[in-house]
Amino acid sequence: MGVEGIGASVVRKEDRRFITGRGRYVDDIKVMGLTHAHFVRSPYAHARVKGIDATAAKAMPGVVDVLTGQQIVDDKVGNLICGWAVHSKDGTPMKMGAWPAMAPEVVRFAGQAVAVVIAETKNQARDAAEAVVVTYEELPAAANIKAAIAPGAPQLHPEAPGNVVYDWAIGDEKAVNDAFAKAANVVSLELTNNRLVPNAMEPRAAIAEYNDAEEHFTLHTTSQNPHVARLVLSAFYNIAPEHKLRVVAPDVGGGFGSKIFIYPEEMVALWASKKVRRPVKWTGDRSEAFLTDAHGRDHVSHAEMAFDANNKILGLRVKTHANFGAYMSLFSSSVPTYLYATLLSGQYNIPAIYAEVMGVYTNTTPVDAYRGAGRPEASYLLERMMETAARQFKVDPAELRRKNFITQFPHQTPVIMAYDVGDFGASLDAAMKAIDYAGFPARKAKAKAEGKLRGIGLSCYIEACGIAPSKAVGSLGAGVGLWESAEVRVNPVGTIEVLTGSHSHGQGHETTFAQLVAGRLGISVDQVQIVHGDTDKVQFGMGTYGSRSAAVGMSAIFKAMEKVEAKAKKIAAHQLEASEDDIVIENGEFKVTGTDKSIALAMVALAAYTAHNLPDGMEPGLKEGAFYDPTNFTFPAGCYICEIEVDAGTGKTHFVNFVAADDFGRLINPMIVEGQVHGGLAQGIGQAILEGAVYDDSGQLVTASFMDYTMPRADDLPSFKLSHTTTLCPGNPLGVKGCGEAGAIGSSAAVINAITDAIGHNRLEMPATPDRVWHAIQLQQAAE
Amino acid sequence: MYETTYHRPASIDEAAALFAKGTDAKYLAGGHTLIPVMKQRLAAPSDVIDLGRIKDLIGIEVTADALIIKAATTYFDILQSAAAQKAIPAIVHLTSVLGDPQVRHRGTIGGSIANNDPAADYPAAVLALGATVMTSKRLIPADEFFQGLFSTALEDNEIITAVSFPIPAKAAYSKMRHPASRFALTGVFVVKTRAGDVRVAATGASQHGVMRVPAIEAALKANWSASALDGITISPDGLMADIHGSSDYRANLIKVMAQRAVAEAG
Repeated sequence: MGVEGIGASVVRKEDRRFITGRGRYVDDIKVMGLTHAHFVRSPYAHARVKGIDATAAKAMPGVVDVLTGQQIVDDKVGNLICGWAVHSKDGTPMKMGAWPAMAPEVVRFAGQAVAVVIAETKNQARDAAEAVVVTYEELPAAANIKAAIAPGAPQLHPEAPGNVVYDWAIGDEKAVNDAFAKAANVVSLELTNNRLVPNAMEPRAAIAEYNDAEEHFTLHTTSQNPHVARLVLSAFYNIAPEHKLRVVAPDVGGGFGSKIFIYPEEMVALWASKKVRRPVKWTGDRSEAFLTDAHGRDHVSHAEMAFDANNKILGLRVKTHANFGAYMSLFSSSVPTYLYATLLSGQYNIPAIYAEVMGVYTNTTPVDAYRGAGRPEASYLLERMMETAARQFKVDPAELRRKNFITQFPHQTPVIMAYDVGDFGASLDAAMKAIDYAGFPARKAKAKAEGKLRGIGLSCYIEACGIAPSKAVGSLGAGVGLWESAEVRVNPVGTIEVLTGSHSHGQGHETTFAQLVAGRLGISVDQVQIVHGDTDKVQFGMGTYGSRSAAVGMSAIFKAMEKVEAKAKKIAAHQLEASEDDIVIENGEFKVTGTDKSIALAMVALAAYTAHNLPDGMEPGLKEGAFYDPTNFTFPAGCYICEIEVDAGTGKTHFVNFVAADDFGRLINPMIVEGQVHGGLAQGIGQAILEGAVYDDSGQLVTASFMDYTMPRADDLPSFKLSHTTTLCPGNPLGVKGCGEAGAIGSSAAVINAITDAIGHNRLEMPATPDRVWHAIQLQQAAE
Repeated sequence: MYETTYHRPASIDEAAALFAKGTDAKYLAGGHTLIPVMKQRLAAPSDVIDLGRIKDLIGIEVTADALIIKAATTYFDILQSAAAQKAIPAIVHLTSVLGDPQVRHRGTIGGSIANNDPAADYPAAVLALGATVMTSKRLIPADEFFQGLFSTALEDNEIITAVSFPIPAKAAYSKMRHPASRFALTGVFVVKTRAGDVRVAATGASQHGVMRVPAIEAALKANWSASALDGITISPDGLMADIHGSSDYRANLIKVMAQRAVAEAG
């Protein structure tokens, strides 16, 4: 490996343009003849649309057209789809209500679009949108899970009686009942996993162009997976056939999952571009992002864990209600099922697990995958359960965990997942050492003497990443395969372009993917260009989410590189009159091993393209593609420990220390990994003490701006101490597991465990705001 | 944002004349309230008159008895002022915990008190110190200036020119920040005047905006120490309640912040 190969903290190639303001985001793109879209949105969470009068709006300056939900229906544009079919435990398919891109008859969440104004300028579109008169008949709303499943609750969709989408289960109910029957101790817990708003830095945006002469569409949009967007837009929405639609996701400013999905606004822009025969641009503002970007989490769970007399886990029983919001977003159905309940074994030997999940419609913004997607909910539940059990049994929480760790691999859990490798004890040890766990009681005593409440909390998380083996997810109901593609083009001068189906929206692929290629060939990363995000350039790809880009995307590049190198070696051997078995690649040269004979990569490439002197029968060129379909999920795991002090007077939590010991397998670029962990921890800690989307009973989003929704800021967070323990993933050629979501998955429980340890009161929900913590302290003091 | 006409007058008189001419003119100070409201299309002033470049409105002076901060002085300038730090360090501390660096570089003391947001920091200092609000027309004592939520004694087209803070014997401000907005979830400013009087103001707590806290003032007048407040209970009646702080929590914060401020004041 060269200094810029795998394992080197290469400075991110993309940062120069980002930091100097020269990234090219959708909103930066200029198109001739552009028009601007502004949506007319429902102020009500649930209402019947009695009429839309756009007469005045259409007469306003600059207005090109006003289009309504009924026109979408009349044009036979398809409803939005959910791409993962989940069945209830009685075998019936999930019960989905229709989701038209703009509501023709009924609006089901505040902010849902009913019409769109297309005008010459953004301000003209907005002015005219205010002049569109929509007559609503307000209907009663079900603004949360409890309200939606109550008897007599308002019904959202006729297809889903009782607002239940599915009543799903996994595991062996009888085995769990047997485990509880013989249990020496049972620990139970009620938990809420708070709803979050993703808040990517760049709001969603779209520029749609229709070329009448070629009957061809181009959509520039903020997507984490432009090929999936094209597939869905063409196969399900009847807007454009796949070969007549180019989707480009240029620089994208963060996604966290929220830009996986196909949203109404992007669809409408595309449809409208043909309707008005002009390019149409829509850039969401922050308020629209709060109201319409798919939210995350929002579970209410009851969990019970059975232990034997030696504190070994016998079984786990979980009942979760998951809020889907008003409509089923693209992958929403899989999040509280196959991405959640399949991780309920955590790092532990749990002989029997039974989890029931009821998915519920409410009059709120749709909920879908958000950094971690299901796995943070599972990890939070289990790790609060383990801490609660340790306190109930009066044993050390670290030792209770260690006693129950899985130590033999591979390990088949009772909930589908087969863990390939791991060393949970190693990461626990590393984290305990880093935080001086042994010294904590003395620190706590000292703090107490000073009138302060100090606490420590652990979280030993595991997640499933590198999604996913196509056959496996297909058998579970996924509508797509989850492989990845790559193409490596060696240019005649020896520079290299790598086309990937992964999409970078902050992850640093332009650097890390180049490191793989640079390291294998012994060249500089500057000689390697990563091309992504354009369906006209990259043949196909499944995009970036679920910490899959290294494990799946880079594995496809690895395979393509092997093919390129094999052909290049043949050319080099031919040129050097040597056996190809004797050719080694070093420092950008193909060398005959044991001799001083060599030929530079550029000369091999040139030979491939001049084709003047190639081995007999060899095709010219040096370009290879590969598809990589993983054989299993990958299983990043680790241990986070958090030490905090609570200010008893205000309930405010102060971080004393936060340590993370992660096992991500091989690290491609440790600096980028560190950044990913920092970001993930910020989001996990944000969920624990700061962030929470709150609706009032009428379905209005109370936290609809940064004045009320607490985004984590640098001064809210401690300085993290990171370390790594490593077991190489056997499932992919690079031995990587993925690092994008771990911080968000593992950290929330550590924080809440620490706060509840400090205040001695376990009934504490996220976000543990100072107000909530102070009230919990009052209850604890009253109890004492 | 709706269309508006932006003006940048060089003098107070020119500003007042522009205001009188506009059909629905607004003065702009730091803009942290007016601009977001305009962007949300909740306000549509015909004219926006920027006071931020009027030289007579910028600057800090200290006399034997008072710290005088002119209205368009930014928080950043207050933070940089050695004279202010020497005269009333509690004011500089309040400024340092106000908003974030971006806010502190644009925001002004005049804008803050003219807006009288119920969770703004500066009203607490003005009220507790018994400051005098100096305007283009008159002098207004702090006790008469604040008149409830977003409401002040200012008349139409009356411009705050400066605030004169009497230099106290002791003063301190203690603030629990609103986690999201960084306004005061509750902030308490305690003052012992040179004459020995005690004045205490709480912001971010009352439904009616900044308020004095007589129970705490009486206790501190009898005994200027944090422990003097141990037995005090603040009623949650009339206090704000929202997702970040219930009224009983805010009632607790009034007491706790007052205790910490007294401890800080020494």
